[in-house]
Amino acid sequence: MSTTTPLEPDTFAISANLAQPRLPRWAVVLVGVISLGLAGLVTLLTGWSLVGGLVLAILLMVAGLPTWSLLVEGRRAAADRFATALVWAAFAVVLVPLVWLIWMVVDHGLSAIDREFLTYDMRNVVGSGGGIYHALWGTILVTLAATVISVPIGLFTAIYLVEYGRGKRLARATTFLVDVMTGIPSIVAGLFALSLFVLIFGPAIRIGFGGAVALSLLMIPTVVRSAEEMLRLVPNDLREASYALGIPKWRTIVKVVLPTALGGIITGVVLAISRVIGETAPLLVVAGATDSVNFNLFDGRMMTLPVYIFSQYSSPGVVPVGMEGDPPGYARAWGAALVLIVIVMVLNLVARIIGTYFAPKTDRRR
Amino acid sequence: MSVTAPPQPRPAKAVVRPGDRIFAGAARVAALTIMLALAGVFVFLAIEGLPGLSAPAHIYAPAEDFWSYVGPLVFGTILAAVVALIIAVPFSIGVALFISHYAPPRIAAPVAYVIDLLAAVPSVVYGLWGGLALASAIRPVMDWLYENLGFLPFFAGPPSVTGRTMLTAGIVLAIMIVPITTAISREVFAQTPRLHEEAAMALGATRWEMIRLAVFPYARSGVISAVMLGLGRALGETMAVAMVLSASPVVTLNLISDTNPATIASNIASNYKEATPDKQALLIATGLVLFAVTFAVNFAARWVIGRSERNVAR
Repeated sequence: MSTTTPLEPDTFAISANLAQPRLPRWAVVLVGVISLGLAGLVTLLTGWSLVGGLVLAILLMVAGLPTWSLLVEGRRAAADRFATALVWAAFAVVLVPLVWLIWMVVDHGLSAIDREFLTYDMRNVVGSGGGIYHALWGTILVTLAATVISVPIGLFTAIYLVEYGRGKRLARATTFLVDVMTGIPSIVAGLFALSLFVLIFGPAIRIGFGGAVALSLLMIPTVVRSAEEMLRLVPNDLREASYALGIPKWRTIVKVVLPTALGGIITGVVLAISRVIGETAPLLVVAGATDSVNFNLFDGRMMTLPVYIFSQYSSPGVVPVGMEGDPPGYARAWGAALVLIVIVMVLNLVARIIGTYFAPKTDRRR
Repeated sequence: MSVTAPPQPRPAKAVVRPGDRIFAGAARVAALTIMLALAGVFVFLAIEGLPGLSAPAHIYAPAEDFWSYVGPLVFGTILAAVVALIIAVPFSIGVALFISHYAPPRIAAPVAYVIDLLAAVPSVVYGLWGGLALASAIRPVMDWLYENLGFLPFFAGPPSVTGRTMLTAGIVLAIMIVPITTAISREVFAQTPRLHEEAAMALGATRWEMIRLAVFPYARSGVISAVMLGLGRALGETMAVAMVLSASPVVTLNLISDTNPATIASNIASNYKEATPDKQALLIATGLVLFAVTFAVNFAARWVIGRSERNVAR
């Protein structure tokens, strides 16, 4: 009979207790502010660096919020809060080196860059002065040559994979090998080009074109991957409409498939360029280093921006007697690093813009 | 007038035009070129590297033969990569979860873009930053590790005064592989079936319990392969290690002292300059060893990915 009795007032009290106590919404902000304040205090008192203080604040936050939650909300909610805090902390910590690095490069780089830095090479430069003119041209020429080699090979391979090789053994093998190529360490690519040219020209050979070969080995898999993806996005209706008009397959590919996918393919190529333009190790090994301008890819050593940074870093020169501060090479290295990063970022941005404006029109039914 | 039956249409025969033949040939040649290039990497490295296996003894100084020369380098390579992985993997998983499950949708895409930016920074710039900024900034941390954890072989010290140690190199490497492992893990996490997640939530799981019960079991093999691809990158990375580490041919687990083993790649980069033909052959031979190691690691990673894809298809 008890089930039919009208509810007693204290039943409501029980159901009210079922809802667990929760921390107020502002608890996260409060703990955050307190941790930042405490960490700031410690940093000021002990003279730690800014990064140390930030790390301490994050640690306090990760410890503080779950503890409070454990006292109020119970074990499971505390574990949830702890995991959330850890995930946010992981993100924050990963941002630290990125911000630090960009700040260092911009800060040191801007003071190094002037007109002379961009228009002078390093010939006969002792001490400060000199510039990146030769390295800039070397990077442009070597990267251009690498692009000229790898774009036709990469594009035709992608066409083969999508249009001709469907299900064939060669296509499957190629897909696998492209995967393997993605994993080649850049220095091994450099050694490959070196041994190729050493075999042809003798052991002392160092030429810019070798660098281009090494870079194209790194670039081809990226181009194949992105071009293949884009070609697969082209709706089959377009191809069939073209066949129905009696157009041969190769003209269909050239006139219908490629123009449809063009935006995506260009994006992929630009991204691939931005990936290899910062490669150092292969160029160091094959193209060598020099202080003078060299416009000839096929004769003699060629300086490139990444190698320039490395050589300025590893042999920075000496600080003049009676002067304080870093050796002159460090400033040049930072300046060149800023130029290189700006080039890479601009390429990335261009790729993104092309990608959004020329996005392939996919099948509407999908 | 008898109406003649229209002639039966002949079965359509594919017309092969010369243009078609040339184009298809070009496409096939391109695919074959890739195969040749990869075979060429093996062949040319082997041709130029084999003399390095049996060069005069003074080339290997201070070691005696090839294997005792390359041994410490292999050890250093693996040590640096493992240190980098130990640091990078927790952060990558954290950031990947942040992007796929924690961040508000409005900021998830920009965050993913920022992490990709980390991958776009050239390795030589990481090396510059590691050598000139991080190395000196990290010295207090190494002092602290030495004083408090000095009983572990990793922190036996004495701590380096320049800060150019294996630990620093490992941290720089870790920052460089975080984007790769994050990108793959985040994709795998995002592929978790929505119904699994919602079922866990409906049973009253907190978000963390939902991730532990629904997301992690589903994503395990994907994350493993992401880690192995990161390992492949860490093994082959040259400049960051060459610019941060002051290397000597030793085998030591000590991460914070002045004597650190070099890696294969950094050893090539720092010795190529004064290379005689004999030495050059030796360096190419070590490169062949590096290629073999990374090839094996990447191959294993692809295999794990392939297996997990089959499991998902079920």
